[in-house]
Order: sequence, then structure tokens, then C-alpha cells
Amino acid sequence: MMLAHLPLLEQGIFVLAALVLFTSFALLAQTRLTAAIHSFAWQGIMVALVTVLVAMVSHIHHLYLSALLTFSLKSLLIPWMLHRLVRRLNMEREVEMISHPAILLLTGAVLVIFSYWIALPIERLGLGNTRNIVAISLSVVLLGLWMMVSRRQVIAQVLGFMSMENGLFLAAVASTKGMPLVVELGVAFDVLVAAVLFGIFFFHISESIESLDVDRLNRLSEREEIS
Amino acid sequence: MNNPLTLALTAVLLALASALVSLLAQRYPVLIKWLVMPLLGASGLVAAMAGIDGLLSGQVISSQLPFGLPWLAWRVRVDVLASFFLLLIGMVSVAVAWYAPGYVREFENGRSPFTVLGGFSGLFLAGMQWVVIADDAFSFMVAWELMSLSSYFLVTFQHENSANRRAGFLYLMMAEIGALAILLGYGVLAGNGHGFAFDAMRQAHVTGLWASVAFALAFLGFGMKAGLVPVHAWLPEAHPVAPSHVSALMSGVMLKVAVYGFIRFSFDLLGEIQWGWGVAVLLIGSISALMGVLYALMQHDLKRLLAYHSVENIGIIFIGLGLAMVFAGTGHPLLAALGLVAALYHTINHALFKSLLFLGAGAVLHSSHQRDMEQMGGLLHKMPWTGLFFLIGCISIAALPPFNGFVSEWLTFQAALQAWALENGVLRSLIPITAAMLALTGALAAACFVKVYGVSFLGQARSKQVRKAREVDWGMRMGQGLLAAFCLLLGIFPTSMIGLINSIPQQLLGTGLKQATEHGWLWLTPLGASVASYSAPLILLGLLFAWGLAAWVMRRGSVREIRRSDAWDCGFSPLNSRMQYTASSFAQPIRRVFGLLFHIEEGIKREQSGQLRHELHVGDRLWGWLYAPVARIVLNGGRLAGRLQSGHVRNYLGWTLATLVVVLWLIS
Amino acid sequence: MADFLSVSGWLLVFLQGLLFLVGAPLMVGWIRLIKSRLQNRRGPGITQPLRDLYKLFGKEVLVAHSASIVFRTAPYIVLASTLVAVSIVPLLSANLPSAMAADMIVLVGFLALGRFFLALAGMDVGSSFGGMGSSREMLVSALAEPAMLMAVFTLAMSAHSTNLSSVVEFNLGSGLILRPSFLFALLGLVLVAIAETGRIPIDNPATHLELTMIHEAMILEYSGRHLAMMEWAAQLKLMLYGVLIANLFFPWGIATELSVMSLATGLLAVVGKLLVLGILVAVAETVLAKMRLFKVPQYLNLAFLLTLLGLFSHVILESGT
Repeated sequence: MMLAHLPLLEQGIFVLAALVLFTSFALLAQTRLTAAIHSFAWQGIMVALVTVLVAMVSHIHHLYLSALLTFSLKSLLIPWMLHRLVRRLNMEREVEMISHPAILLLTGAVLVIFSYWIALPIERLGLGNTRNIVAISLSVVLLGLWMMVSRRQVIAQVLGFMSMENGLFLAAVASTKGMPLVVELGVAFDVLVAAVLFGIFFFHISESIESLDVDRLNRLSEREEIS
Repeated sequence: MNNPLTLALTAVLLALASALVSLLAQRYPVLIKWLVMPLLGASGLVAAMAGIDGLLSGQVISSQLPFGLPWLAWRVRVDVLASFFLLLIGMVSVAVAWYAPGYVREFENGRSPFTVLGGFSGLFLAGMQWVVIADDAFSFMVAWELMSLSSYFLVTFQHENSANRRAGFLYLMMAEIGALAILLGYGVLAGNGHGFAFDAMRQAHVTGLWASVAFALAFLGFGMKAGLVPVHAWLPEAHPVAPSHVSALMSGVMLKVAVYGFIRFSFDLLGEIQWGWGVAVLLIGSISALMGVLYALMQHDLKRLLAYHSVENIGIIFIGLGLAMVFAGTGHPLLAALGLVAALYHTINHALFKSLLFLGAGAVLHSSHQRDMEQMGGLLHKMPWTGLFFLIGCISIAALPPFNGFVSEWLTFQAALQAWALENGVLRSLIPITAAMLALTGALAAACFVKVYGVSFLGQARSKQVRKAREVDWGMRMGQGLLAAFCLLLGIFPTSMIGLINSIPQQLLGTGLKQATEHGWLWLTPLGASVASYSAPLILLGLLFAWGLAAWVMRRGSVREIRRSDAWDCGFSPLNSRMQYTASSFAQPIRRVFGLLFHIEEGIKREQSGQLRHELHVGDRLWGWLYAPVARIVLNGGRLAGRLQSGHVRNYLGWTLATLVVVLWLIS
Repeated sequence: MADFLSVSGWLLVFLQGLLFLVGAPLMVGWIRLIKSRLQNRRGPGITQPLRDLYKLFGKEVLVAHSASIVFRTAPYIVLASTLVAVSIVPLLSANLPSAMAADMIVLVGFLALGRFFLALAGMDVGSSFGGMGSSREMLVSALAEPAMLMAVFTLAMSAHSTNLSSVVEFNLGSGLILRPSFLFALLGLVLVAIAETGRIPIDNPATHLELTMIHEAMILEYSGRHLAMMEWAAQLKLMLYGVLIANLFFPWGIATELSVMSLATGLLAVVGKLLVLGILVAVAETVLAKMRLFKVPQYLNLAFLLTLLGLFSHVILESGT
């Protein structure tokens, strides 16, 4: 497939999809919580824009609604809630030490290649021009999970989780022109509830152990108490 | 007589003659200068002639020698691949023969006899030449062992030093393990092909798993000799402790013989190449290149540093070979030919500049008795010729235009750039990453040689011996100058060399790089002019033109003469040699950035005199990760086996009886 | 190879070399002017760097006692190699005969050659500042190299050529295409260019604090015409990267034929692009602060990541089967 033969709008979809991938890496490498939340918000904006473009190309009108939903939820509401949480926990200036940022990012790159390899058979199914985006969305999902594995800060983990959801949404939009609206509404609601619950939990966790470092949560295990 | 095979055999005989004559050298030391080394040089010259002859005629000449095993007479054969390596061996050994007489005078009053040095040098050279022309597994292995063993004796030449003995032991052990792997690899081929002659192996067409097994064994064995990471540990130990001209031969030539073996085995004997092997070779190659240069940056022993650079350059060669295998395995013979030509070009380049650098290091060692760069400095003032040649070596190895190292790296990059032609998307994204690692390697190599040259040849002398250093004699300068001239020539006229070696991919892969030279000697166009072109002569001309123009304009300025004064140094008090950046401090930022890869022990100790002393030791992580566990396992196994040794004769007889019974049972 | 022998082509190469020689100091002057305006200063005129160079040519040359021949030849080699490098970058016209002789990788090689001698010159006198500058310069350049090469790769894999002229013509011929790979390659190359030309936030060209200098530390001992050559080479390098970015990624306006009209358009276009680029550099340098040396690897990591993503998007999005 040659990019040059596509209309400008579809080229735009590719650029935005690539930018979504970039924001995933930005999220992975950000050590400051507020900056990471901003990256996440940007990712939401990109995903929403992709949705708008797909809607314009395919003339599916309910996609405009999901774009609006994504935008308001993932680039405004959730980042705002996380921001507020960070402020209330006095963690605005907190910087997490990443011991080997280069290895973190290189592993990310390997994950991208891996998801491309995995997605190759899917591409052959031929789901239209945007099928290549499946590989990108899969890498966004894996990068989100990798972020949850590699970061200790619990808010960073939540961001990883949320960006996984972004990846799934991107896959749905790009390959099958979106899910049915009911499903999307349900997922969006789920994410919102998850965000609220996370917020409440963090508050309690940080009150009881005075940190949001997940590595310190293992003190709750019984083994520790016996010894 | 005009036959490359006869010439090659003559070269072997001359090298053996040199070994024989040196039996008398202890009695008459003058023989070293007038007979032993000239014979060695003549052997090199004849080998180079054989190589050129073979490459030009492009024919395959094989023959049988009247000795060997009863059912397997020794076969010899010269084809273009063998010719190329004969040429390489010849070029370096001629330069070494010029250089050696001046260098070995140092050992005149030593305890180590000349006979050992001359004799094993001759055997070593003969062994290497013979490996290249061997045409059956048996004589190949005999020649291979001759090469390994004689170089072991050269490594332990100054055996009164315990470090040298240890290095020699490590070298011998790893060489033998490697030889075993190669032997098994040949065994797999011979088992399928019903014969130890290479011709029988070519007919065998091993496929599937057995082919992969044979390849893995050969890759391990030849890779061990070539010094690929992670089986490189012997190289930085053994190469520096040998006399410098021998180090030049070992680093410059012996590693290339291992590359020869690898090419012969996988491209020629094995037949069908699978692209998966290529990926393995590519990855190991790029890791070797990067690790080699990073460890080199941490060294301050000049020869050890150069030895680590051999690991790097062998890695670059294997990147080229890996690309060739990937392309060949996926059905792109033309691109595979490009990869192979890049690898071969880098092979000869590395032989030239690495020998040059080792000879230069030897010259420094000869006149200042220093190997530690922290004690050097300002040598360019004392040894202008050596300094110039060494600079040429540094520019070449740092892959800077217009010297030869750049040409081969450029070719390797061009091969990697053709990754878009592959159908497999994963390979398409993997190959550029290895190319990026190659770029990082090249830039780090440049950093490393800025360090080497800046610390040892520029600045001010850091020790008394170095302050008293003098230029070496003309023979030693000639040896270096010859190699430096080759470096420049191969950098400026790559088309001629590629025209020569083009028949090698023709023979091995079925297609050569015809387009590479179709626009004449001025233009190097590996895949046609529309893809990429490079004209080294024009570039050099442009450089000289710009230089001349700048000089001409500058001369017209109002103030022409130059005034000497104290250094400005931001107005600090006069400089002394201890204020200079040292080798360790130069490498400190890189040590910190890549700290994960090194085993760093750093600390500050208070000495008895009350002075504080900063201690830094940078070690190889792989020792702890790979070698130490293996050594532990072997020791424990040995201890277990040692329990058999009870000291009672009847016990031993019992074991013998049991063995006999088991064997009889097995064969019945 | 046929157009290699055209006299007009080589005249163009010569002309563009001269344009570079004059233009580079002017571009630096332009950046300084904008910067001073942004800092509420009047600042010197745009020709000040040219006048500085002229003045330096007339000054006496001082060379330290401990300096060797390397110290005295390095300025010539650095300037000459930079000149060779600029002569293969399409400035006015996409069609350069010199681009045949050397492609993008050779360009990188020549910049590396200049840097090699620059760093050696820094070590030559044996002062601690010189060594410090050399060590840092080599670190920065080593880490920038992979990113630079990846950007080159991304461009070359689309155009199927490493010849600069061909790449420019390819981009010109394919019209406006939104390529995610080019976007990333552009961003990565901008970061690399900033690092390689020693601008803020990597190195401060106006600094006089010894411990933070990189480029200035290496040329600390130079004076007179030697210094002028070193400065000139650095300015040329800045303009080279500017032209490279401007003409590779935004090739519009560049001449495709050798007529006076189209060359004039090409000149206007490239001047316009460089002026915009200069403003961007000045704004960035005013807004940003210099970073610590050990933050630089992270910065260049980002550059590498960007170019790597460029490659991935090329492989995944643009060239799928």
C-alpha cells in the first residue's frame, strides 16, 4: 500500500496514530507526575482526533459522539481528577527515579516490533486502509502494560492502565470503524468509575502508609508480619 | 611457476624455511635481521603475489599433496576467496618483516631465546597461509592447530611474567574449545557428505536441523577465534602480551583467518543459507561491535585498548556477513553480494589499520618502554613519523573519510539501507536498528581514538621515559609507512579493490556487484548510480582544494608569522603535565552514561603517607556472568572426577574392567 | 554520471560554497539579533559576526609552546572538511553535481572528520579545559550519531537513495504527503542539529564560564586567523544543518533547473526558510536554559526515540504489504 495514493484525510489518520504511539512513549519516559498526566491528556486528544477523522472518512455519525466522549473524558475529566488528586496529596513536585531510562525505552521499542509481528496476520485479513493501525494500537496496549510493570508510582500505573484503554479504543475505531455506541458508552462509564475508585483508594492508601510507592505495598503481606 | 597455487605453496615453504633458519639464530643473532625476517617477508610477498594472481585470473586450481593419511591425501586449492585472504596475509606480513628486526633487538639480551621468536613466527605464518589453501577438513584442522599452538608460544614468549602465562593459558584453552567446535561442525558435514574433502562436503546438501547444528558449531568455533562477544575474553588478554609485531599479525591476520573459515564454512560448504542464521550473526556482530568499543574506551593500556578494538571491528565484519546471509536467505543475491563485499572490504581494512596501530604501539613501547597511556603524552614531538603513521591509523579505524575504514562502513550502511527490499517487516525494522548501533560504534570509536591520540601523542609528556623517547629506526618506520600508504590507497581507490574482490560473491553467491564499478575508477556505485554513489578521489580533491584555498587566503593576511607563547588556559598559572586530561578522565562521561555495562570498582583510599589515592577498576561484566560460573562448574566437576583417584591400584584395575565390560557390551 | 561534467553545475557548487561562507555568519548574526530583541536589547547588527571574522584575520596568531603541528593544521582541516560538507547540500538547486560524489553518509563522515580534528586540537596544548571540551564533544556527538543516522535512514528508505539531490527531488516530486515518519525524522533531526551545533540547551555559544563550555573549551587556545577559521567552520555547520532541515523536509521553492529565474526563486525561498528557522532557534534559546551535561544523554535518547518511531511508522504504516 502506498501512502501517497491515499486521500489527505487518511494520511492524517496515520500521522495521528503515530503521534498516539509517541505519546505512549512520552508517558513511559516522564518522571514528573504532572507532565505524565499532560502526556496522557494529549494522547486522549490524539485518539479523539483520529476518531473524528475516521468519522469524516467513513461518514459514520455516531463516531463524532464517541470522539466527543473520548475528548471530554480522557483529555479533560480524568486528567483533571488526577491533577486534583496529585495536588491534594502534595505530589506535584515528586520525581520518580527511573534507574535505566534507555533500557525502559528500548524495551518499549522491542514491544512495538513485537506487536507489529503479531499484527501482520491481522493486516492480511484486509480491513481497509487503516488496518495497519492495529499494530500501533496493540503496541499502545503493550506499552501501557509495560508502564504498569516498570513504574512504582501508583498514579503512573493508573495512567498506564488508562492508556491501555486508549489503545483498545484506537484499534476499534481504526479497524472496524468503532464499536456499537452502547458498548462504547459502557466502556467510557467503566473507565470513569475506575478513575473515581482509584482516586478514593489512593487517598486511603496514602493516608495509611504515607506513600504511593507500590513496592511498599508488599509490607501488607502476611509473610512480612511473621518475620 | 606462474600459478597461484604454486606461489602459495612456495610462500608456505618460505615461512617454514624462516622457522628453520631461526634455529641458528641464538648462535648468530645477526641472522634475524639478514635471513629470518627477510625470508618471512619473502613469504609474505609471494603470498601477496599468489593472491593477486588468483584474484585476477579468477580460476580455481586444486591439487593433492603426496602426504597425509593413507586414504586421504592432503588437498590444497586456491580459489578467489583463498586468494583474497592470501593477499591480506601477504600485505601485513611484508610490513611486519620490515618492522620486526628493529623491534626484536630489544630482546637481544633477554632470557627468551630468539629461536623461539623466529621459529614460531615462521610456523605461525605458515599455518595461517596453509589454513587458507587447505581443501579438506583434515589438513585444515592440522593447519589450524599449527596456527593456534605457535601463536600460543608467541603469546607466552616473555613467560617470566605470570600475567603472560595466565593469558597464554586462557588463550590456549579457548582456542582448543573453538577448534573442537569446528571439528564437530566438519564432522556433521562429513557425516552427511561421506568424506572429509571439501568437495564431498559441498555435494552433501545438508538441510534442516543438521544444517543449523553444523552452522551453530562453526559459528561458535570460528567466532571464538575471531573474538566475538561473549567468547572474546581471551583476546584482550593474549594480544597485548605478545611482542608487538606478533600482536599485529595476530590481530591483523589471525582473526581474519577465522573470518575466512567462517565464510568458507557457511557460504561455500554449507550450501543453502537460512536467513535465521543471518539474524543471529547480525545480532552477535552488532553486540560485539558496541561492547568492543565501549570496553576499549575504558582501557588505558594502549595495546589492550587496541585488542578490544579488534573485537569491535570483527563485530562490524560480522554485521556485513550477517546482512549478506539475511539477504541471501531471503532470495536477494545482489544485496547479499553487497553485504559480503562490505564485510570483505572491512576485513582487509581492519587487517591494515590494526596492524599499523599495533606496530605504532610497538614503536612507542620500544622507545619509551611504556604501554600505559597515563604515562605518555607529547610523543608527536619526539616521534614525528610514528606519530603521523599512527594518526593515519587512527583516522582509518575511526571510519573517517577519505581513508579506508570509511569506505567499508559506507558499504555496510548501504547494504543495511537496502532493508526496504525485504518482505519481512520485522527484518525491515530490525536491520536499521543494527545500523544505528553501528553508527554509535563508529562515533564511539572516533571518541576512543581522539582519546588515544590526544593522550599519548599530544599534550605534554607525563613520565620521564616518555620525555626521553626517540624516533625508531628506519626499518620500523618503513613497516608502518607501508601499511599507512595501503590505508590511504584503499580509501581513495575503492573501485580498484572492489573490482578485484568482485569475483568472490560471484563464486559464492552466483552474482557479483557489476554496477559497482561500471562508471569507471572514479565512481563507486554499489547498486547503481541512482541509489548511492561515492567518489573518494573527487572528495579528496575537494578537500585539498578547500584547504589550499583557505591557506592561500590566510597567507594574504597582514600578520603572517606565528608567535609562540605560554598557553592561555583562561589565565591560570603555567601548565604542567599533571594538569592534562588523562585517559580515564576523558572516558569518564562515557563510563557514566554506559555504566550499566561495566563492572566498576571505584574508591578513594588513604595511603600510609597520608595521601589520598583514587582507585578505579573497570572490568568486564561477562566475566562474572559467563566465565566465572563456567569455571566453577568445571572445577566442581573436576573435583568429583578426582574422587576416582583413590590411590589403590586394584581400584584402577576395577575401573578398567568395568569399562572393558561396558564397551564390549555396547559393541556387541 | 552524465551531468557530472557540466561546467554550469560546478559553477553552481562554487557559487553555493561562497553563499554558505557569507551566509553562515549572517545567519548567526540574525539569530543574535532576534535574541537580543527578545531580551529587550538593541543588539549588534546582523553583520557583526562577519566583521568579527574580518578583524580576527588581521590579528596576530599566538601558539602555545607545547602545541604541535596538529594544533596548527587542525583549523585548515576543520574548515576544509566543513566546506566539502556544505558543497554537497542542495542550497539553491536540487540538482548538484557534487551530490553525486558524496551522499548523506559521506556528509556525516565529513562532519565527523572535522570534529575529530577539532577534538584533537583541544587536547593538543595539554590544558585541562581543552581536554574537557574534547571529551564532552565526543560524548555528545557519539550519542547524537545513531539518531542522525536513523533520520537519514528514514528519508533514504522512502526515497530509495542516499543521494541528497535525489531525496530532495523525491520529496518535491511526491507533493504534499503527510508522512508520520518524516514528522518524527524532522523532530529528531532538529534535536540532533541543536546538539551537534552546540546550541542551547546542550551548549551555550555565548558562555564564558569555563566549566560549562564544550565547543568554546576546545578552541580556547586559538587566536587570530586560526580562531577565525574555527569560528567560521562552526557557523557553517549551523547553516548546514539549517539548510538540510529546510530543504529536505520543506523543499518547496528550490530550483530544479539551471536558469537565473529559478535560482533566484531558490535563493529567496531558502533565505526565507532560514530566517524563519533563525527566529525559531532564537525563541527556543531564550525560553530554554542550558541543561546539565548528564541530562544530555536523556535528551539525545529522546532524539533517537523520535527517529526510531519515524522508522517504525515508515515500516508499519507507510510500507505495509
